[in-house]
Amino acid sequence: MKNYDAIVVGAGSIGVPTALALGAAGLRTLVLDMRPSPGQGDNKHAIGGIRATHSAPAKIVACERSLQIFSTWQETYGDDIEWQKGGYIFPVYRETEETVLKGYLPVQQQYGLNIAWVGPEEIAAAVPGINRIDLRGGTIAPDDGSASPLLAINAFYRRACALGVVFRFKEKVSRLMVEADRVVGAVTDQGEYRAPVVIDAAGAFSGELARSTGCAIPVMPESHEAGITEPVAMFCPAMVVDLRPAPGSKNYYFYQNRHGQIVFCITPDPPILGTDTRSTSVFLPQCCSRMIDLMPRLKNIRVRRVWRGTYPMTSDGSPLVGANREIGGLIHATGMCGQGFMLGPGIGEVVARLATGSITSDDQMILAAFSPYRDLTCQEEALK
Amino acid sequence: MSEHRIHRHPVLAVPDRQAVSFTWNGQPLQGYAGEPITSALVANGIQVFGHHPKDGSPQGIFCANGQCSQCLVIADGRPVKGCMTPLCAGMQVESVEGLPQLPADDAPVSRQPIDTIDIDVLVIGAGPAGLSAAIELGKCSIPTLLIDDKDRLGGKLVLQTHKFFGSVADSHAGTRGFRIGERLAEEVEALPSVKVWLNTTAVGVFADQVVGAVTGNRYRLIRPKKLMIATGAREKMLSFPGNTLPGVYGAGAFQTLVNRDLVRSSERVLIVGGGNVGLIAGYHAIQAGIEVAALIEALPEVGGYKVHADKLRRLGVPIFTGHTIVAAEGDQRVESATIARLDEKWQVVPGTHRTYAVDTVLVAVGLSEVNEFAVKARQFGMDVFTAGDAREIAEASAAMFAGRIEGFKIARSLGVDLGEMPADWETKAAILKSKPGKTVSEHPPEAETGVFPVFHCIQEVPCNPCTSVCPIEAIHTESDLLTGLPYRDDSKECTGCLACVAVCPGLAITLVDYRKDPDHPLVTLPYEVWRERVEVGQMVAVTDREGEVLGSFPVTRIRTKKDYPGTLLVQVRLHRAIAKRAAGIRLQEPALEPPFVYENAPLPDEAVVCRCERVTAGEIRAVIRAGVRDINQLKALTRAGMGACGSKTCRPMIWRIFQEEGIDAGEVTDRVDRPLFVEVPMGTLAGVEGGECQ
Repeated sequence: MKNYDAIVVGAGSIGVPTALALGAAGLRTLVLDMRPSPGQGDNKHAIGGIRATHSAPAKIVACERSLQIFSTWQETYGDDIEWQKGGYIFPVYRETEETVLKGYLPVQQQYGLNIAWVGPEEIAAAVPGINRIDLRGGTIAPDDGSASPLLAINAFYRRACALGVVFRFKEKVSRLMVEADRVVGAVTDQGEYRAPVVIDAAGAFSGELARSTGCAIPVMPESHEAGITEPVAMFCPAMVVDLRPAPGSKNYYFYQNRHGQIVFCITPDPPILGTDTRSTSVFLPQCCSRMIDLMPRLKNIRVRRVWRGTYPMTSDGSPLVGANREIGGLIHATGMCGQGFMLGPGIGEVVARLATGSITSDDQMILAAFSPYRDLTCQEEALK
Repeated sequence: MSEHRIHRHPVLAVPDRQAVSFTWNGQPLQGYAGEPITSALVANGIQVFGHHPKDGSPQGIFCANGQCSQCLVIADGRPVKGCMTPLCAGMQVESVEGLPQLPADDAPVSRQPIDTIDIDVLVIGAGPAGLSAAIELGKCSIPTLLIDDKDRLGGKLVLQTHKFFGSVADSHAGTRGFRIGERLAEEVEALPSVKVWLNTTAVGVFADQVVGAVTGNRYRLIRPKKLMIATGAREKMLSFPGNTLPGVYGAGAFQTLVNRDLVRSSERVLIVGGGNVGLIAGYHAIQAGIEVAALIEALPEVGGYKVHADKLRRLGVPIFTGHTIVAAEGDQRVESATIARLDEKWQVVPGTHRTYAVDTVLVAVGLSEVNEFAVKARQFGMDVFTAGDAREIAEASAAMFAGRIEGFKIARSLGVDLGEMPADWETKAAILKSKPGKTVSEHPPEAETGVFPVFHCIQEVPCNPCTSVCPIEAIHTESDLLTGLPYRDDSKECTGCLACVAVCPGLAITLVDYRKDPDHPLVTLPYEVWRERVEVGQMVAVTDREGEVLGSFPVTRIRTKKDYPGTLLVQVRLHRAIAKRAAGIRLQEPALEPPFVYENAPLPDEAVVCRCERVTAGEIRAVIRAGVRDINQLKALTRAGMGACGSKTCRPMIWRIFQEEGIDAGEVTDRVDRPLFVEVPMGTLAGVEGGECQ
């Protein structure tokens, strides 16, 4: 049996950057994942948006750190992760959304987010071809952006490997080993590994993992579908988010990636619970209709592929990050509610500092907000 | 535009079509209304449709089948697949240089809801298998929807100008492929319970057990009780330097251009691959007036039917076995191709490189099943049936019979009381799929009196038309097996009617008549190429079975049989010493040895594997050597397989590189395939109206 300083369960959006941060802190770290390579769970289902445009301070701060890491990655480490500073734009057509978005501006600006409410002319200039009928304006956060989840996780993975982190793929963790109320390692279908710290970065499978220790972690997977088009010349690098509801769906959003492809996604309403990731026939007509109503010129772009992934949801739409109070050494970093990709690098560093006992005041604020023991019955975060 | 059109053809009728004007990058051109844009372009001598955004390399026709997206052009402002988009009068077509601009067409749209259609059986693909299945279902009055992405029924039968092998009773043997397609289509159209949607592409199958299909600009969802997949095959590709140059494409694409669209797409071709597809493509090229520089095959022997290979050899096409293509060369399109000999370890033998001046390289290295629908639909719990190449690559004759069997099974599964399936059906289906058997040496009849056929058919293939047409029932196959070689019952007196000579799909039967002059018998040879090149009195080069010239002799008579107008029965008077050896007429002069020996074979690392994203073998090999064993990760890192075609072309080549690197297939995780299988405009998916030819 091999001994490590820390074991990370899950080589996805959270697990890989967390392992990278643990490796950078000098911990001998092992990452276990049941899939054959990094990011093969729900990381690759992410469409790649990275924003600090949230309503909750903890998310704003965590994502600002993530943005820093994503946006400087290439100059620091050399790998192109297709970072694109396209900004996030929330166009607004109704008073309801105007009130909501304007209401968040003070807290967003207080936590350092570069965001402003602009009029319809500025929205139309930034989103060419947007439907101008009833367009009231909207918010623009120019420092938000996007990157390729596929390239980013492989870049983080290579960096983690260079720091000595060990990855074992195609190994499913069957249970965590607990002795005297402390976690001491993990058992997989191929062996046992010991470490005094175990990080739960298992996403949709966190509930199952926690049950192996007799604890409950309230992560409920639900599914969302996404799609990607053929590439065309760049015209809309910003992530456009339409918050209006429609029959069968809540918001939808899309942007054009560095290759010129439009990547798009919609939030079904009511939510579709479960871990089924097989594409349905409902998604394309539903999402394409809404996108074309917003931007008619999209009617001529061709959809290339669709997919469906799971959001590990919590009841209030915020992650579960922090130490397990019943089992010493077990740290949860899960329940990212579909924001694992953008939260990953920031949260990874917080978790590493928590594991090494070196948290900052910002970390304390984040850990308080994301505590697995907070009152989870509160209303869902508005810009979830 | 006449230079690149086929105005007459020895077998196919050339229809009258409506000429329309269109523009290419502003230049006025003529084409035919309704023909694919790319065929109109090729007919105008335009082979380069644009340049790839990644490396600026030229792009041209590749699959001609709506699968690969290499033929992307801008038609009236919209990016479209040129091979699937019909030409309209006044269309403004432009090349795609880098990424296309999305037109700023910002007027709000009106949308219709997307219909969902419930049907007992959905048959995807109206080729030999799909048509045969639909006929069985229609005979049982089962509500059936038959969809196909082309503008006519028949699938690849439409492209086949040769007479079919197989069984007369079960698969229309002896009839030309396109005629079989027409007959099956007529049968389907007469069945009231079978609805046909042409120009309809099945674009995806979804977890809610629904198939998405696009007709023109209209998207519909189909929810069948039973799903029949008869989607056929796609061509495998080879990785070699220059393989993305316009002019390198599949033999099937070539047949589409030449035989369906009647475009004379090339002057001179090199064919890579000696299976039936390559051999037949060579034959089709010559019928279309296109020279075949050579046909090469990596194996020590051609894999296709010997009669097909012999037909080509007799016409003067050199066939080089144990050879591979090393590279295609050219600036904007293929200007030459280099081949080399392989040793027994599949390594190129130094100094054996030869370069041919050709404008086209036809790749015919095998087919793979179009099975993504079947795989997904089964994952989604649908009741799926498959037949034809979508299930197992074999001849069209086998596909027809398999379609019939599956149609029968579907009808029974829907509760139609059909009793047990006839006991011999599965056996017959298996025989029709037989690979060519052993080759025996020829034993011509010893007699030199009277009149009788000589069979130059010395390899067992499933075929029996000759047995069915003999008016005195004197022709049989050994042991009466479909795969048995033919022989004549000497006890019956041949009348010299020529029916067997005319029907033989392999053109492997001649008639020798000693009755007038036993020393100089009259020999009748079947011939299917250019009628005007053979006239009575003209000297023709008569060859033996494998193409060796026996001498030049004047034509004494030309006849045709009513049912086989495309097969000329050419009579020559030969000396008795060679009469029974004579088998055909040479058409093209044997190619001269190429003058230029190509010594520096480029590194195969340069060869493109993923055409859509222009990912080379070297890039893929580097990632594999860095330890990647998950094709999903390989895709994430290199973009191989991320393009329009969805890895239809590169997947087998990527697997081959893993194999070349000595990696056990068990270690490698295959990629996850997702809908859509074909790109669809967002407007179509959203139910936006319009967008078709006015």
